[in-house]
This record gives sequence, structure tokens and C-alpha cells, in this order.
Amino acid sequence: MDQDLKTELSKHGIFATSFEELYNWGRKNSVWPLTFGLACCAIEMIATTMARYDLARFGAEVFRPSPRQADLMIVSGTVTKKMAPQVVRLYNQMPEPKYVIAMGACAISGGPFRDGYNVLKGIDRYIPVDVHIPGCPPRPEALIHAFMTLQDKISAQHLTGESRPRHLKQDLPSEFPVPEFGEHGLEPQQNDEVFRNPLKVLQG
Amino acid sequence: MTLEEIRSRLEAFVPGCHAEIVVNGSPSAQNSLLIDRRHGLQTAMYLRDHPELQLDFCSNVTAVDWPDREETETIKTRKIVDGVEKEVEETKKTTIPGYLEVVYHLFSIAKKEGPVVLRMHTANRTDDVTLQSLTPVWRSAEFQEREAFDLFGIVFEGHPDLRRILMWEGFTDHPMRKDYVPPPDDDLELLAVSKPGA
Amino acid sequence: MTQALPPEAEQDEVMEISMGPQHPSTHGVFRMDVRLDGERVLRLKPVFGYLHRNHEKIAEAASYLAEIPYTDRLDYLCSMTNNWGYALAVEKLAGLTVPERAEYIRVIVSELTRLQNHAGMVGFLLQDMGASGTPLMYAFREREKVLDLFESLSGARMMCNYMRFGGVRVDCSAEWLGQAAKVVGGFGGFLDEFEQLLTGNEILMARTQGVGVLPRELAINAGVTGPGLRASGVNYDLRKVDRYGVYERFQFRVPLGEHGDVFDRYMMRVLEMRESVKILEQALRDIPSGPFIDPKARLRGLRPKVGEAYARIESPKGELGFYLISDGSPNPYRYRVRPPSLINLTVLEDMCLGQNIADVVVILGSIDIVMGEVDR
Repeated sequence: MDQDLKTELSKHGIFATSFEELYNWGRKNSVWPLTFGLACCAIEMIATTMARYDLARFGAEVFRPSPRQADLMIVSGTVTKKMAPQVVRLYNQMPEPKYVIAMGACAISGGPFRDGYNVLKGIDRYIPVDVHIPGCPPRPEALIHAFMTLQDKISAQHLTGESRPRHLKQDLPSEFPVPEFGEHGLEPQQNDEVFRNPLKVLQG
Repeated sequence: MTLEEIRSRLEAFVPGCHAEIVVNGSPSAQNSLLIDRRHGLQTAMYLRDHPELQLDFCSNVTAVDWPDREETETIKTRKIVDGVEKEVEETKKTTIPGYLEVVYHLFSIAKKEGPVVLRMHTANRTDDVTLQSLTPVWRSAEFQEREAFDLFGIVFEGHPDLRRILMWEGFTDHPMRKDYVPPPDDDLELLAVSKPGA
Repeated sequence: MTQALPPEAEQDEVMEISMGPQHPSTHGVFRMDVRLDGERVLRLKPVFGYLHRNHEKIAEAASYLAEIPYTDRLDYLCSMTNNWGYALAVEKLAGLTVPERAEYIRVIVSELTRLQNHAGMVGFLLQDMGASGTPLMYAFREREKVLDLFESLSGARMMCNYMRFGGVRVDCSAEWLGQAAKVVGGFGGFLDEFEQLLTGNEILMARTQGVGVLPRELAINAGVTGPGLRASGVNYDLRKVDRYGVYERFQFRVPLGEHGDVFDRYMMRVLEMRESVKILEQALRDIPSGPFIDPKARLRGLRPKVGEAYARIESPKGELGFYLISDGSPNPYRYRVRPPSLINLTVLEDMCLGQNIADVVVILGSIDIVMGEVDR
């Protein structure tokens, strides 16, 4: 519907919308994150929920400890190889629709600790990530910006058609294989269906 | 008590113990006492219980890896070359065997003194990596000795619960050793850069 | 070290549960394997390593100067004191001196760090007890004021990267000192309000008094340091014992506890905050003018002589030590952090045996751990 017509109608007390807009509006304003702080970024995440930066204004009022009740996993901090199977397991336990924000340089790509033998070089090796926030640690305003970006992403999702999101497509997986502890590292080292391997991208 | 006094008393009171002072080259002047590894436990108990020392607080337990070192020596000898006696330079290479080392920093809370630095070496880096655990004497060594076992491979005899602490149970390498090589496919992006013609 | 199992008939009621690594109250990625008889704890084994970021291995490849930002990320709530411990170790190793103004600045930022750490610890302890975030909100309100000061001084809220070998990175202005004086002046009132709501609170007292008792001899033998040691009655504060920096110029007391239970450890933090306010008032009043870094100190390409050094400071968590072995090259040969949080956890099992599972959460909160330091 035409935006001007909508504005005109709303002046007369008639509110016109589509089912898709209403559905997405409800979803984006009540995203409940999982209490999942790994390292230093977790402290900035906590500071974002505190009185000065208040994430509760955006609908993320309650941080749920149980993954069954959460919509959003903010991976805040370095994901080590010892912790990676747990992260993937928690992601699998979250019900659809679920989103992941990779907060901080460590969650995006390993960050300053990339050379470490126990550091996973980015959580997007095993699970799909929706929003990446760079920073070490990102300021609370950056986390709020990421949250708003996620809200924009949710409100742009269509309910029907080819471009509908993953949770409405029956054939796409919502659970991803959990890596195992090997003798020298994790096995497999990355999930090729999820990880956008730069080497393969370079080779075309 | 100075370190020299501690050393002489130790050698007198703990039978068979051999202690030597390792001089520290840095301006911090924290010299340390190197104890032979068969008398670690008795030395520790002596240091903790002696009324003049009362080193009741073991603050830090560190493991260090000293790999095999090669030393080259050039000596001049006289040799017959092409029928003429000449002075020739010969290089001799000797391999100094490596070892693993554990360093204990001890303080006294009762007397507010310290640090007294204690060191012990293993026999080599390969098959004889056993040392006596000092956890029965100072409980603060418990987790730190487990970490030395996990990351360096030093086996502590007498430790109540010696298993890996930071890496997972099935991990087989000892990552803090100088010759540790991470798994090859770990960093795919670096592989792309280092391959010639890629 | 475990408690005796219940009689044969009830043994199939013994439960083994794993608390963590994702848990609302384990202060980071920390896991405890707990064996329970009903609600009573029979055995507790902590499991670490979920945040093992290979700090010590990375340090062997980084130069001495490049290592300072990594030390920020050890105990990520107290980056200034981590920096100071490391700078002290390198200064001992290389024989550097620090000018007087820099020493005063170091004391000021360290005591500010102690204030915001202890406020956060009390907030998190109350959160674990079920106070649903309100004390934490108050604590973080004050913490934000201190973080504003850090941001205007060093450029970052948390990862300050502020100390250098021989001094500090930038000088603080008279304006900044005035702002700091204002924050410190208001802190006394905040503490009064906080204590009025918390210290005499029935629920706090019932849940913490007599819980998690740490006997004095065990505390010394297990290497517990910091407020946990002093709560058990041992008078050992490195600011008074080692007298590093210019701490001997300030008048402050060292609070001591009597029982060594959770309530004593909570009171330690509150009393130490008051002592820190006293130190800050004196330091802000007496800070001299002068250079903020030793002009002859070499930062880039620092190659200390072959040797080693161990330096320790009283960080808000306990004794934070750094042990460096140099082989004459620009990178350290061996770099070791003595983490107070890890060693304070040695006695977690002893304090929790025989208590209820709900007390385990409170006891863990009173030890005040940060996983960045435990796992490095």
C-alpha cells in the first residue's frame, strides 16, 4: 500500500498494515537474548543492559538463561576450541526463528588471539551469523546499533516467496553438526556449508 | 637468611641434597636455588617448616622449556694438507641436551619476606620428565602443577589429581613447548598466501 | 577431600550435575561438576579451560611493548592494574625507574580500578543471590563514572593500555584531576546508600553468615590472596608488605575479617572501597608536577639483559604476579602470569563441602573470579 495513503488514513484513526509487517513488528520488538557472555565483551554487554545504555528499551528486556526460551545468541567474547561444541549445541537447542550476533573481534575471526592453538578463528565456522560488530570491545552504543541492524533485518524478511527466512523453509537445516574434540584440534575444523571460506572465494 | 646460607643449611640438613645457586643476570638480582630433583619434597618441607624461614606461601609455579642447544666451537689445530703442515680451523659441534624446568616462587607470610626462588630440572625432554610434586607441601601448587603437566608434559609424582586442566582430555600435544606445531589446516587463509603461485 | 557417601540404600539418589559452562551465575565460562545428595554437596570439581586464549604463547611471539594490550584482557574488569603488574615486572627486568608524578598517577588509576571492581563484585554477588539486578544497576552507575574518567584519560573504557615501562602513556591534566576528585567525592555518599540497603539486610545476612568458611591455615597454604585471605584474618596486603610504587606515603588501614565466611568477604570489599577513597583523596591532593615517563626509557625494541624477574602487585582480586625470562632478544623467552583468580579457586571445593547447592553460587561469587585471568 502507498505510504502517503497510510499516513492519510492514520490521521483519521485508521491503521492499515499488512500481515507481514505486523508479524515482523511483533518479532523485532521482543527479541530475547540468551545470557551468553564468554569474555570481555560480556562486560560491555552487561553494561548495555544497565541503566545508562538500557537495551531494554529495544525489547531485549529479559535475558533468558535457557536456550529454549531465547531468540538471540550474542556471542560475546573469544570462542575457544574447548567451548565451541558447547556453543553449537546451545545454538541447536534454540528454537526457530533464531539469530546470532557475533560481538567483538574475537567472535568474528579470532581477534587478537588468532594465533592461539586453542582459539577458534571465528564462530561463523560452525554456525550462521546474522550481524557482526567489530570492536575490542565494541562500545555499548555499537551493540545497540547492531541490535537495531538486526531489527531492520527482521522487519525486511518476507513471509512468502523464495526469499523467505530460514525458519519458514522446511528443507533448510536449523541444527548444525557439533564438532568433536580431536587429538590436535576440533574435528571437523569448519562446517563448509556455513563457513564462507575465503580460500574458496579467492579461487572462484 | 641469604641464599648462600639457605643453601649450606639445606645441604647439611637434607641428606644427599645437592643445591647450587643460579645467578640472575638482570638488575632484579633475584637469584635462585637449583635443587636436584630427587630431593624436592624434602627441601620443600624444610623450607616451609624451618622456624627462621617459614616459607609458608608458594606464590607461583612456572614451567620452562629449554630445548636442545647446539654449540659450535672453532679450534685451531695443525694438520697436514697437501703434504704441507698448516694451521687449520676446525669447527666442533656439541649438542647440549635440553630439559624442562619448574620454578617455584616462595614467600613467607608469617615473616613478610621473600621471594626465595626454587628450581628443579627434569632429566631430559623426551622420556624422563618426572619430578616430585610439591602439592603435599603447598596446596597452592595443585592447579599450577596440573597446568605444567598439561602444557609442557612434566609428570609430577605424588600429585593428588594429575590430569589436564586447560585443554580437553583427549588432546595429545603439549602446546607450550618450543617445538609445538599447530595442526596444518587450521588457518586456511594463511595457506592461500603461503602457497606459491596461489 | 570428598564427603562420605550416604548409606547404601540411598546411593542411587546421588546426583551428578554439571553447572556451566553456560550458566547465569558462574561468572563467565566456568564449569563445576558437582555431586549432590539431595541438596548437599558431596564433591565439587572445577573445570577450566573454556577461555584458554594462549596468552603466554602469544607473548613469546610479541615484543615487550606489544604485550601490554594483551595484559588488558587478562582480568578484563581491571585493565589498569594488570598493566601496572606487567610494567613493574619489565622495569625490574630491565632496571628502569619511574618518575614521581607517574607513580602518583599509577596509584590514582589503580585505586579507581579497585573501586569499580569491588562495586561490581558486590553487585554480581547480590545478583547471584537473587536480587534481580538492582544492586548491580547501582554499582554499574558508579562504574560508568569511573569508566568515563578512564576514557578521557586513556582513550578506552575497558582496555586502557595505559602503562608504559618507566611511566604512563599520557599525562593527566589538571581538569581531569578535578573531575576525578568530584567522582571520588561522590563515592562516599554512594557507599553510604549502598551499605544502608545491603549490609544490615536480613536476607543477605542469613545467606552469607556462616557460609563458605575458609580457615586461616588453609588459606595461607592454598595460596589464597587478596580480600579472601584478609577475610580469614591474615594481615597480608602487598601494598603494605612490598610497598611498591608510592603506597607507603598514604595513610590507610587494612581491614581484616574474623570468620572467613562469605559475609566477611563481602564486608572486605566494602571496607576496602572506603580505604581506597581515602588513598585517592590523599593522592589527588599530593600529586606533584614533573615528567610522566622516564625520558630515557626505551619502549620499542626493548632488549633487556639475559635474566629473569618476578614482580607482583595487589590487584583487586589478589596477588597478580608476572614472571619474565629474557634471553636478550626483543621477545620474552618465557612469560608467565600468576593468576589470583585461579589460585583462589583451589579452595572452592573445601568451602562448599556439606553446604547446599544454592550456597555454592554464593561462595563462588564471594571469591570474585574473572575467567580471563583463570584461563589466560
